[in-house]
Amino acid sequence: MSYLEYAVKSTPSGFRKFLYMNWPLTLLLISVASAGFLMLYSVAGGSWTPWAEPQMERFGLGLAVMFIVALVPIWFWRNMSVLAYLISIALLVFVEFFGTVGMGAQRWIDLGFMRLQPSEVMKVALVMVLAAYYDWLPSHKTSRPLWVLIPVILVLIPTFFVLKQPDLGTSILLLAAGGGLMFLAGVHWAYFAAVIAAVVGLIATVFNSRGTDWQLLKDYQFRRIDTFLDPSTDPLGAGYHITQSKIALGSGGWNGRGFMQGTQSRLNFLPEKHTDFIFTTLAEEFGFVGGITLLTLYALILVFCLVTALSTKDRFSSLVTLGIALNFFLFFAVNMSMVMGLAPVVGVPLPMVSYGGSAMLVLMAAFGIVQSAHIHRPR
Amino acid sequence: MKQRKPKAQGLAYKRLPRRALILGGLQAAFIGGLAARMRFMQVEQADEYRLLAEENRINIRLIPPTRGRIYDRNGEIIGQNSPSYRIVMVREDAGDVDQVIAKLSELIPLTSDEIERAKAEMRRSAPFLPVTLADQVTWADISKVAVNAPALPGVIPEVGQTRQYPRYEDFAHVVGYVGPVSDYDLSQIADPEPVLRIPRFQIGKVGLEAKQEGALRGKAGAKRVEVNATGRVMRELDRQEGEAGADLQLSVDADLQQYAQARLAGESAAAVVIDCETGDLRAISSAPSFDPNLFVRGISVADYRALTQDNYRPLANKSVQGTYPPGSTFKMITAMAALEAGVVGPSNTVYCPGHLKVGSRRFHCWKRGGHGTVDLNLSLKRSCDVYYYDVALRTGIDKISEMARIFGLGVKHDIPMSAVAAGLAPNQEWKERVHGQSWLTGDTANASIGQGFMLASPLQLAVMTARIATGRAVKPRLVRSVNGVEQPSGAGEPLAVSPTNLEFIRKAMFAVSNDRGGTAYRSRIIADDLRMAGKTGTSQVRNITKAERAAGVIRNEDLPWERRDHALFVSFAPYDNPKFAVAVVVEHGGGGSKAAAPVARDIMLQALYNGTPPLEAYPVADREKIKEQQKRLEGDRRPKARPTEKDRA
Repeated sequence: MSYLEYAVKSTPSGFRKFLYMNWPLTLLLISVASAGFLMLYSVAGGSWTPWAEPQMERFGLGLAVMFIVALVPIWFWRNMSVLAYLISIALLVFVEFFGTVGMGAQRWIDLGFMRLQPSEVMKVALVMVLAAYYDWLPSHKTSRPLWVLIPVILVLIPTFFVLKQPDLGTSILLLAAGGGLMFLAGVHWAYFAAVIAAVVGLIATVFNSRGTDWQLLKDYQFRRIDTFLDPSTDPLGAGYHITQSKIALGSGGWNGRGFMQGTQSRLNFLPEKHTDFIFTTLAEEFGFVGGITLLTLYALILVFCLVTALSTKDRFSSLVTLGIALNFFLFFAVNMSMVMGLAPVVGVPLPMVSYGGSAMLVLMAAFGIVQSAHIHRPR
Repeated sequence: MKQRKPKAQGLAYKRLPRRALILGGLQAAFIGGLAARMRFMQVEQADEYRLLAEENRINIRLIPPTRGRIYDRNGEIIGQNSPSYRIVMVREDAGDVDQVIAKLSELIPLTSDEIERAKAEMRRSAPFLPVTLADQVTWADISKVAVNAPALPGVIPEVGQTRQYPRYEDFAHVVGYVGPVSDYDLSQIADPEPVLRIPRFQIGKVGLEAKQEGALRGKAGAKRVEVNATGRVMRELDRQEGEAGADLQLSVDADLQQYAQARLAGESAAAVVIDCETGDLRAISSAPSFDPNLFVRGISVADYRALTQDNYRPLANKSVQGTYPPGSTFKMITAMAALEAGVVGPSNTVYCPGHLKVGSRRFHCWKRGGHGTVDLNLSLKRSCDVYYYDVALRTGIDKISEMARIFGLGVKHDIPMSAVAAGLAPNQEWKERVHGQSWLTGDTANASIGQGFMLASPLQLAVMTARIATGRAVKPRLVRSVNGVEQPSGAGEPLAVSPTNLEFIRKAMFAVSNDRGGTAYRSRIIADDLRMAGKTGTSQVRNITKAERAAGVIRNEDLPWERRDHALFVSFAPYDNPKFAVAVVVEHGGGGSKAAAPVARDIMLQALYNGTPPLEAYPVADREKIKEQQKRLEGDRRPKARPTEKDRA
């Protein structure tokens, strides 16, 4: 009896699948999304419109998508990986020529009922294709240079298109997620050490070249980097947002200022308070307690993903689950670092909480794959 | 569903859980870092950030205090705050700004300058901030705007407060005026109160308004408002009311002041009425005057030029700022100094041949033929100059100068008005110091009749006369009470002179205006219990050459105005129980007995009767003329509502 035959036999079928879903994970996702509804209600000045209500509808849709994806066996998704990747690349190329310009970048395809952000889709598709690749690749070839080069190219192609939009934040997330997946797949650590050393060396060289006769970047480019790294050098421009964000967060104190009592968000001192900076409003109104609660919910989502990944014997399931969890982590970690003034402002939303349709739908679909891996795991 | 073979569990497969845990560990560490950062910001630094958030949202707006009002001694209002109307516009409520302004200018007069300025300001400021379209708008125009409000979105009539002086010219020199704080004003103050930076805030510029700014201004209140990121006021959090400025009550009697101004009209002159007991200044007038309301509004160039180019100098406050050679009104001081020094007794005589030779120079008496034998009484009554040359030379300038100070000449009196002059009572040391020359006997002769270096303001002459009348060091008092709190009276200690000697002087002054042949006999008061004692003065503003004297001194009427003599008169009444002292100076008025004494008499009677005096108080011969004059002044004195610049346009 082959391994999979055994696996299929022990896999639940029909509606019994619902019972075998990762319900704690589902409940955590609903909790986080609910926190989002509450904050969107608050930043709208105590109104379900214009943000909270559409967000709830989208979450409902997202939940349905997650269930549907979850019920489909995981090997179907594995087989779809390459196709998903190719479609995502096509969408990125399409958006390059026909996308809707928003916030100074070409990011969306307007589908009429929603705006599709191909880079969001690509985050999941990349994880899928890399997981499928390493599932297919015989183990002993994992660290061979040629077989390392293929996934690197798979990562760099979408990164290039996203960077061209330009969306630096997402392209860094793509690089990190791709690198993370290769690390999980067991690529030899020396490759990572070499890349990290090369990047550090390059950055050091570029910065050392400043003011010398072999300067590698123009002066204005250096100045732009300065502002990017330290917004306080431009207090009325880029620095204004981050300063106001820190004030809002810090003024929350232990307990926060109370629901809908946050002065920074209510009086419009906060920028983008319903999207990228929504965590600031939460931290202002619910304080340290509220912030830690959300952070804990996020951490628990990661923990349940890790448990799922380690409890399955299917390599694709493990890798795709961990990859999606890593993506999710990068999302909220970068966002929170940004609003706390630890990282430059790079326009990454807070997952499941920030207002925004396509990001949430794609994320719910991704968690559908995690659920599918959980339901259909070989026991 | 495609079946697949289980794969060999290679090295990479074994690595997965380990790598997953490593990555998980890194993630956990990062999450821990985020939590620590959050704790640091929200727990340790919470207070700092809370403060910053409060600074962000809370603005403190000042509430300008209501300026204290100014009353006369009887509670008549002299300086008040009246509503001023202006029209402001809020851009975001107006919609089409140009169209609304066009509609508005059909209703009320708006100059294209005003419109341009307002539009420029609107472009600069936030859309919700009101911008002034028209200031100092009449009530009629405000009503028009209010009635048409539905057609004028964003246009709001606003009521503010502005200073107003209902007595117009009468108190221009006493009270002064207020105006908006200028950059120059701010530069003069070391640590300006924030209230001064409120647009259109008014502060005292000259006169009492400036000198009593501290009392009149009050304390600004403050309100704390919550603003949003664009500065729009969301709500008022709390307010702390300010303290209104103190109301001042002056010692001046507005009706008497008005009479004095009217009586002086047509001349360049000053008159001061002082209460002999308390030092209360009942009137301090300077003519011609100006309308202080013009300055509050911002005076037009044409109006200002008219004021500065007038020969009679309407902007100068002649009663306290103007100093004049006191002329013969100084003779009381010379006489007192001589009596106190013991160089002459009241019955000692001096022979006046019409001149006195001092050194090589001849000092003339005003009467060419001389007065013959004169004693103290006669010398004052006839105002013989030679008598004073003689006694002064025997007394010495230092004693005369000291006597002048005792009576308040050459001393700066402390009253809250602008540019109060100290005058000059010179002595030897002064000339040495200032001119670097030694004092000559001729200087003493000049000083003895109030000429030469001697200078006094009408206020000082009034104080001098009051001190002669009471023998006490009366000090002038302008502010009677502040917020109902009585200010110290100006009543003073007895002067350090012999009362008997002073009595001789008073008697002689009585003779001046009550004995036939006295220089002010024609301006006497008939009423028995109110009779007046006085002294005329005529001070030269030019030198009379030997040649002119030989040919006969040119009469004042034949000289150009600015070369004529100043006419002075000082007096007190009633003689038996002095109540008021009056000093009058008519610039280039000619002789004191002709030009100044009648004015002083009229003002004195007005003060004594506290209103229009009966004709019986005047000498029979003058009554017809006085009756006419009273009728004329009565007409002049009705308060006139003056048209504003805008009304005229």
